[in-house]
Amino acid sequence: MKKKSITEPRTSHTFDAYTNSEIRRAAETGIYDIRGGGSKRNLPNFDDLLFLGASISRYPLEGYRESCNTKVILGDRFSSNPLNLEIPITIAGMSFGALSAQAKEALGRGASLVGTSTTTGDGGMTKEERGHSKQLVYQLLPSRYGMNPDDLRKADAIEIVVGQGAKPGGGGMLLGQKINDRVAEMRTLPKGIDQRSPCRHPDWTGPDDMEIKILELREITGWKVPIFVKVAGSRPYYDVALAAKSGADVVVVDGMQGGTAATQEVFIENVGMPTLACVRPAVRALQELGLHRKVQLIISGGIRNGADVAKALALGADAVSIGSAALIALGDNDPRYQKDYEKLGTKAGSFDDWHEGLDPAGITTQDKKLSKRLDPKLGGRRLANYLNVMTMEAQTIARACGKNDLRNLEPEDLCALTVESAAMAGVPLAGTNWIPGT
Amino acid sequence: MNILDFNKLSLRDINKTLQGSDKNSFFSIRNPKGSHALAVGINKQITVKVVGSVGYYFAGMNKLSDIKVEGSAGPGLGENMMSGNIHVTGDVSQYAGASGHGGSILVEGNASSRCGISMKGVDIIVKGNVGHMSAFMAQKGNLVIFGNAGHALGDSIYEANIYVAGEVASLGADCIEKKMTKKHLSNLENILSNANVSDYNPDTFRRFGSARSLYNFNVDNAKIY
Repeated sequence: MKKKSITEPRTSHTFDAYTNSEIRRAAETGIYDIRGGGSKRNLPNFDDLLFLGASISRYPLEGYRESCNTKVILGDRFSSNPLNLEIPITIAGMSFGALSAQAKEALGRGASLVGTSTTTGDGGMTKEERGHSKQLVYQLLPSRYGMNPDDLRKADAIEIVVGQGAKPGGGGMLLGQKINDRVAEMRTLPKGIDQRSPCRHPDWTGPDDMEIKILELREITGWKVPIFVKVAGSRPYYDVALAAKSGADVVVVDGMQGGTAATQEVFIENVGMPTLACVRPAVRALQELGLHRKVQLIISGGIRNGADVAKALALGADAVSIGSAALIALGDNDPRYQKDYEKLGTKAGSFDDWHEGLDPAGITTQDKKLSKRLDPKLGGRRLANYLNVMTMEAQTIARACGKNDLRNLEPEDLCALTVESAAMAGVPLAGTNWIPGT
Repeated sequence: MNILDFNKLSLRDINKTLQGSDKNSFFSIRNPKGSHALAVGINKQITVKVVGSVGYYFAGMNKLSDIKVEGSAGPGLGENMMSGNIHVTGDVSQYAGASGHGGSILVEGNASSRCGISMKGVDIIVKGNVGHMSAFMAQKGNLVIFGNAGHALGDSIYEANIYVAGEVASLGADCIEKKMTKKHLSNLENILSNANVSDYNPDTFRRFGSARSLYNFNVDNAKIY
């Protein structure tokens, strides 16, 4: 009798296990998936670039002897009191409400320890955050939740948020589970209801209006503090040019790996551009206006280590901003909470239901018991350690490229591993002189 | 009375003077020429009269001040104001009182679209008509309209009250007409009394507010969103 041949069960690339589970979940619940964080897709990113390092044609600086400046001034175009940062890594805007008061305090403590800035978020400024942040950027968001001119005058800089990399064109969302008495009072809304932050500002529609809005903010604050404009990485060339034309001192471009407190998964994964693809168009816009280095550029969205910092700066940014990575430094998704994550149906490293307020690490929650798990002093120390490591890593690379200032890194110090990343970053494919698209 | 003349002073000079003035000071601003961002960020109890029309964001983010415009105002009048009063004798453009947290705005003429958008406690009285999407996502406070209201009035409204004496073109999502109770009639009378408005018949007003059906996401409401 002929033996029956056996083939391996074949799974589909199109209908993979995650996709199938999502179809089943949608069929059961009738609602799209909402989660926190940024894109989890395998996007082209800074890992696709390499530094060339010095050799005969360029000589390196001594790693442990010769200095490499990390300081950066943000916002000296029009403001009389720009931010003087010791390192070119800032903490991105994250709201009290999305985060616990302890987490906000820890971010302020950590940033202050290393001489950098932290940023408020939707919902206003808390006393914990102001008290523990030496340099605090106050966000002006479409919702204007908690917007208060007294707080505006306490800020060291103002950031007008036009867009966010995780959801270009989308508004915020804070579900009722996280709206306790304090959050509700700060946002002037009833406790326990879903809070949907609008996608547009209530009192302007375009760049000409925004220019007047910037004028208003400067008149209120006496032209003292810098005005940042944050845009999502979708059309960086035009958006950066328009923000600069509108009078911004600093432009923040947030790529699609940038996180959010909560929005639709379909939005996070399908709208926007990878951070890598945003940098060169943004720099080109400023260069063509004669404003590169005069209007500072901050890049955010998936920055993880000193190599990412060095690469963003080499492509022309003045600084970077971190959000998700800062939360991980505080303890987000830490394996020590594995059993708690399993109770929530997930695992350490994958937990992203930040909107449900059940974070075992006490970061993305308003639950009193859970939030006490985060010690703000210890969290601040951890964040400071992490920021110091990133800075030293970036310095190591810069010295190897012969640079005595992180901002002296340049595109010529880089090559790309893939055709895609070469085109996006505008640097040659490794081993060639070919920059696709030029 | 201190006269601040735009023919002689810059915007910065005038705002700096207003912001740094002593309590109970009185200023008259002449030749405003539709200037933007005028009389913003005041946090003292002063009185300001503007002779002429003003531009964008007039009296934005103010506290305590009592301000009158003898003319019309551009977009974003009194945006994010915290307290105090603004009185405009003419018409006002879009977004009047946007996200205002407190105080009172009285407009003798008409207000354009999105009047009271995102309002968070301010009282806005419009003697004329208001444009479409007024009181959009209004959270708290009162919008009183003597004339007619445009389409989608009170779309996605939270806990604010809307009182309309004229016609309503259409209501926005989750905004419904509600019974005018004694409590709400008293509220209306207090708002108007505080603004020194007395020439009205309270019986002509109807009240609108939130049906509260969209406060927490429900998939069965998906077509409304």
